[in-house]
Amino acid sequence: MEYLPNILFTIILVLGIGYFVRNIKKLIRNIKLGQEVDVSDNKSERWKNMARIALGQSKMVKRPISGFLHVIVYVGFIIINIEVLEIIIDGLFGTHRIGLKVLPKSVYGFLIGSFEILAVLVLVSVIVFWLRRNVIKIKRFLSSEMKGWPKNDGNIILYFEVVLMCLFLVMNATDTSFQAISSGNIISQFIAPWFEGLSAETLHIVERTAWWLHIVGILIFLNYLYFSKHLHILLAFPNTYFGSLDPKGKVNNLEAVTAEVKLMMDPNADPFAAAPEGTEDEVPAKFGASDVMDLNQVQLLSAYTCTECGRCTSACPANLTGKKLSPRKIMMDTRDRLEEVGKNIDANNGKFKDDGKQLLGDYITNEELWACTTCNACVEECPVSINPLSIILDMRRYLVMEQSAAPMELNNMMTNIENNGAPWPYNQMDRLNWKDE
Amino acid sequence: MSEQLKVPTMAEYMAEGKQPEILFWVGSAGSYDDRAKKITKAFVKILNKANVDFAVLGTEESNTGDLAKRAGNEFLFQMQAVMNIEVLNAYEVKRIVTCDPHSFNCIKNEYPSLGGNYDVVHHTQFIRELISSGRLTLEGNTYKGKRITFHDPCYLGRANSEYEAPRDVLKQTKANLVEMKRNKSTALCCGAGGAQMFKEPEKGDKDINILRTEDALETKPDIIATGCPYCNTMMTDGIKAKGKENEISVMDIAELIANT
Repeated sequence: MEYLPNILFTIILVLGIGYFVRNIKKLIRNIKLGQEVDVSDNKSERWKNMARIALGQSKMVKRPISGFLHVIVYVGFIIINIEVLEIIIDGLFGTHRIGLKVLPKSVYGFLIGSFEILAVLVLVSVIVFWLRRNVIKIKRFLSSEMKGWPKNDGNIILYFEVVLMCLFLVMNATDTSFQAISSGNIISQFIAPWFEGLSAETLHIVERTAWWLHIVGILIFLNYLYFSKHLHILLAFPNTYFGSLDPKGKVNNLEAVTAEVKLMMDPNADPFAAAPEGTEDEVPAKFGASDVMDLNQVQLLSAYTCTECGRCTSACPANLTGKKLSPRKIMMDTRDRLEEVGKNIDANNGKFKDDGKQLLGDYITNEELWACTTCNACVEECPVSINPLSIILDMRRYLVMEQSAAPMELNNMMTNIENNGAPWPYNQMDRLNWKDE
Repeated sequence: MSEQLKVPTMAEYMAEGKQPEILFWVGSAGSYDDRAKKITKAFVKILNKANVDFAVLGTEESNTGDLAKRAGNEFLFQMQAVMNIEVLNAYEVKRIVTCDPHSFNCIKNEYPSLGGNYDVVHHTQFIRELISSGRLTLEGNTYKGKRITFHDPCYLGRANSEYEAPRDVLKQTKANLVEMKRNKSTALCCGAGGAQMFKEPEKGDKDINILRTEDALETKPDIIATGCPYCNTMMTDGIKAKGKENEISVMDIAELIANT
């Protein structure tokens, strides 16, 4: 019976981490449904971007209030998690505060003291975040795509953090041996008096309960990530690594199109030639994207990375003037559809069964796609290097090249370019007339 | 404004066996749009004044294909690009200047992988170069003390991170440069980008150019300076919609400098 807590702890830990790993594998499988894209170049620049943007939070602080609060929660999260290491060792081996045995008392006290201060700062920040979402009602949290689950998700994450921070402080406050050494209990010494009058035994039970709930809470939170927008705490790192290194104005040139254009421009090409040997059965390339499988793997990773902060949407000129387009919704739709496809694959023994749905039309409408001015405000705003514009353009390509479904005025404009090299119906030979006018 | 603008073509240069210092890419708007043609001529006036050895393609120039690309028509874009690259490479063009940030972005960033490699500069960058090398001097006091606010074109600013060249040039006019609340990397689009110029906007509660004009009006400007023919049209329309066309003028930086 003596080892029962250790065994129980080990089981919970293995289950908690195991289920998380299983879901991460699923996430990677889903991302790999996308088109491959070569991002093996410029490794040092990519590492620098990750260090600056994800680790260094350089784009978060562009909006000072939310940026500053986010840095506190982020630093708090990372540093307080060092404490989890101690909890895991204690849990597995039945020790109590192993840190005190291996570290000098002053060092241990300094560490726990810092964690306690951070815990309070995180608590305050999280409460401000909650107020911003629910009381101050900042506009970007109220968009139509933020109704229902996305709104609840945002709040649940905050409640998790409040509970975890409180449990950590209570755990320290009710640990009589820890309070007795009077080192590192910077905050918990003020909480300890709340429990005065309780018997030593009850106090011990409260401490144990807080300890267990804390570690179980962390494991639940870990597993909540996969179902939540909160995945950004992990995926921000790969996403900023794989983010574009080109100037924002540069849009990729479709290679499948280049091949066809070269053939068309080649005076020696035989227009009636049969397809080269062995290529007769090849499926012709699909131009642009109508579903998640047509997007590339970085775009799909970005969909999972998006934490729905809405900075993109709050800077989008189309959205600001009441159009339906919201870059955040483009990312949320992409993730929702990708999850749907993933569940379809799970339910059909690893093979996707056509469900008669796709990203275009069932999630994202033509009206949204045509409202974009390609101004890059959303790309500039994203604190984790997501590019919603690239998805919009890939879907426009599908609309135009596969469905000829551009708005009529744009078709006229393009016909003019084709016929006379200008978007208006003017004669090519008049192109220099301005000099004599 | 037919004060004998000198506009040589690449074909003429070729016939003389010469190579100009720079090719001026006029662009479709600059060639055909009545308002944009004034910007084109103002820039030529500057080039003439600074004795820049330049040429245009004239009737051999065709649309860059940028509009088609942003509208999703990659085929048409690449057809246009390949045709233009053939002409540019035949003339062995090394350096290109343009008043259109969309052409600037497209030729600079999207032509290279199709075989077109050139040093491309925006006209505000080139004017700054002319001033700092002493080839162009601004003496007049036309704009002294005038309040000028600059509207960043998306394809010069965010798309290519060039925020300073237009401002450096404007500072030379002795004007009082005032910034809108949304400027540089957070500047609001005029509403014309992504081929929107050629279609009606989707349903909404306001037009984008009106919102951007309101940004500009907050600075109480005498002049709204632009660096893009499409932005110029959108802001001009915005000012008209607000009934301010008699108090505030919308001018391209090339026009401001040509008039100094």
